[in-house]
Amino acid sequence: MTTVEGATAGRRRALEPRRVATRHGWTIGVYVLLLLLLIAYIWALAPVTFTSFDLKTIVIGALPLAFAAMAQAVIVISGGIDLSLGVMVAVINVSAASLMENQSFATSLLIAFGLMLLGVVIGTINGGLIVLTGVPDIVVTLAMSFVWGGVALLIMRTPGGGSPLEYQALGTGVFGIEWIPAGAVIIALVLALVWLPIRWRRPGFAIYAVGSNRDRAYLSGVNVATTRVLAYSIGGFFAAMGGLAATATTGIGTPYAGTFITLNSVAAVVLGGVSLAGGKGGVVGPVAAAFCLTLVPSIMVFQGIDPNYGQVIQGALIVIVVMIGGLVLLRERR
Amino acid sequence: MSTAATTPDELAPRPGPVRAAGHFLIDRPLIMLSAILVLLLIACEIASPGYLGADRMGIILQFSAPLAFLAAGQTLVMLTAGIDLSVAATATAAAYIMAGQASRGTATALAIAVLVGLVVGLINGIGVGVFRVNPLIMTLGMASIVSGYLTVSAQSFVTGVPLVPEFVRELAVGSLIGDAIPKSLLLWGPVAALILLGLRYSGYGRMLYAVGDNPLACRLAGVRIWQVLLVVYILCSILAAIGGVLYVGVINAADLQLVSPYLLPSVAAVVIGGTSIFGGIGGYSGTILGAIILVVLDSLLTLLDASQAFKQILYGAIILLLAWLYATSTKRV
Repeated sequence: MTTVEGATAGRRRALEPRRVATRHGWTIGVYVLLLLLLIAYIWALAPVTFTSFDLKTIVIGALPLAFAAMAQAVIVISGGIDLSLGVMVAVINVSAASLMENQSFATSLLIAFGLMLLGVVIGTINGGLIVLTGVPDIVVTLAMSFVWGGVALLIMRTPGGGSPLEYQALGTGVFGIEWIPAGAVIIALVLALVWLPIRWRRPGFAIYAVGSNRDRAYLSGVNVATTRVLAYSIGGFFAAMGGLAATATTGIGTPYAGTFITLNSVAAVVLGGVSLAGGKGGVVGPVAAAFCLTLVPSIMVFQGIDPNYGQVIQGALIVIVVMIGGLVLLRERR
Repeated sequence: MSTAATTPDELAPRPGPVRAAGHFLIDRPLIMLSAILVLLLIACEIASPGYLGADRMGIILQFSAPLAFLAAGQTLVMLTAGIDLSVAATATAAAYIMAGQASRGTATALAIAVLVGLVVGLINGIGVGVFRVNPLIMTLGMASIVSGYLTVSAQSFVTGVPLVPEFVRELAVGSLIGDAIPKSLLLWGPVAALILLGLRYSGYGRMLYAVGDNPLACRLAGVRIWQVLLVVYILCSILAAIGGVLYVGVINAADLQLVSPYLLPSVAAVVIGGTSIFGGIGGYSGTILGAIILVVLDSLLTLLDASQAFKQILYGAIILLLAWLYATSTKRV
């Protein structure tokens, strides 16, 4: 909510280091962590030199989770949580892979736009059911995770399908020069063209307001029900992007990928500085956190350590970061 | 749940007979749940005549027991407004390590299984109780740590041939008095009674409701909340470990993903049983019925020969429907 106060304060103050540190400290911290992990990655890779190909590999590996983290971030900021996010990604992934098989590039782009709409519809159904039934978010999305998981299996029982190579290049290719992976450009584009315009207008402020205090938002004239559904719809769009990214990076559809993405999207959101209580944080931090979470196991592999230790370290990383965050919060309150 | 509900009823003007009957049912969700269970059983009988044989109830209870143990811990944690997403990982670890250490003797193996639960619960409890980490995150992280560690060191836990001890196998699938009573009831029954009575009559049981209902008031009243939380997460993980041991007895083979399909059902059983995810309302009796309903529902969908996809969709839709019914019926107008 600091953003609203900042905007109403009238004249915008210059970038004071202290203010930047308190407002964006966590996000900056996550990017520092990402940088450190990248250095560790390069170091682990030695004697082989780090090339643009390695950078591309990192982006390809993290792309679906990064979009899922964005989706979960918007939903958690609005005060909800979506445990069906991973299977939503899977639904779009298998739909894309089964529809795009043996299609031309133009048709597959058209299909991609259609599936983005489908993602919005799925998200709206989740949000609508939550508002309509009055059942807690976590229970509704838990139940819906079975439903969407079933739908994914209905579309495709075993991994398969395909997509045109030009379409796959959107996720795996490069943009212009070798060092700019196309996937990173797409994340930046989606952030700039979809999220930021919403974020800094009425609906975005409403999402933050509803997440921070539902009753006060209601009393300030925010339509709480619509805003909550809107957050799930936006989440559905990002989840669809995640599914499309999964089709682009793997080339096929996998109906079972759900649970991994759901749990890791929650982890990425928390690591990215979004409060699970809602109303605090942004979307940029979780994206970096998603990259961090996928980098850890790859570093392990290069070090010759069992990659399953990556899972242990991921878990420990999340818990310790949240513990430190809690302690910082406690100290600030005193 | 019924004790807290009487006050508004007493204050309201005397309701008509229909509404009074409605209130009577709402105050006793067990009646509704039992009715749903009976309907499901009838549906099973219609789908496959002869389903309701003499030993059917025993088989249902035998399959429900592992889930009921996982959901028991989940119930206790949810009463304090928490959630434990590490129950499946804990149960798997306990079962796997128990099977791996079986050559050291059954008693030692079982003690090790309980010890696994104790350690995981202790860490969860310290994280949630002392460091105030959000339970969702703490237990999610812990699940990741436990299953990752188990995968890495799976081989080192196995001394001799990994096998399910005869005692565990017998406890999980054996039965008394000609198939009528499963032997797991000998363990489940006393534990269930202990939880039911403990929640109602012991000071600690009441404290769980109090902490879930209003932690601030509890702190002001001098309750050491961190101790209550520490103990409840330990209890939850130990119950999960026992559930895992029973499950490996039913399946009769240990693998690294053994209990993971039970994670979401363990939450669903508690929710269907009428325990609020926000804490302070509910109890174990509903959870028992919730677990049995889920098991019967699963067998009904199998009987109907539904594909895996339709099975999942129906399963999710029915969980949502029950939760919705529960949410609307408890909203007193």
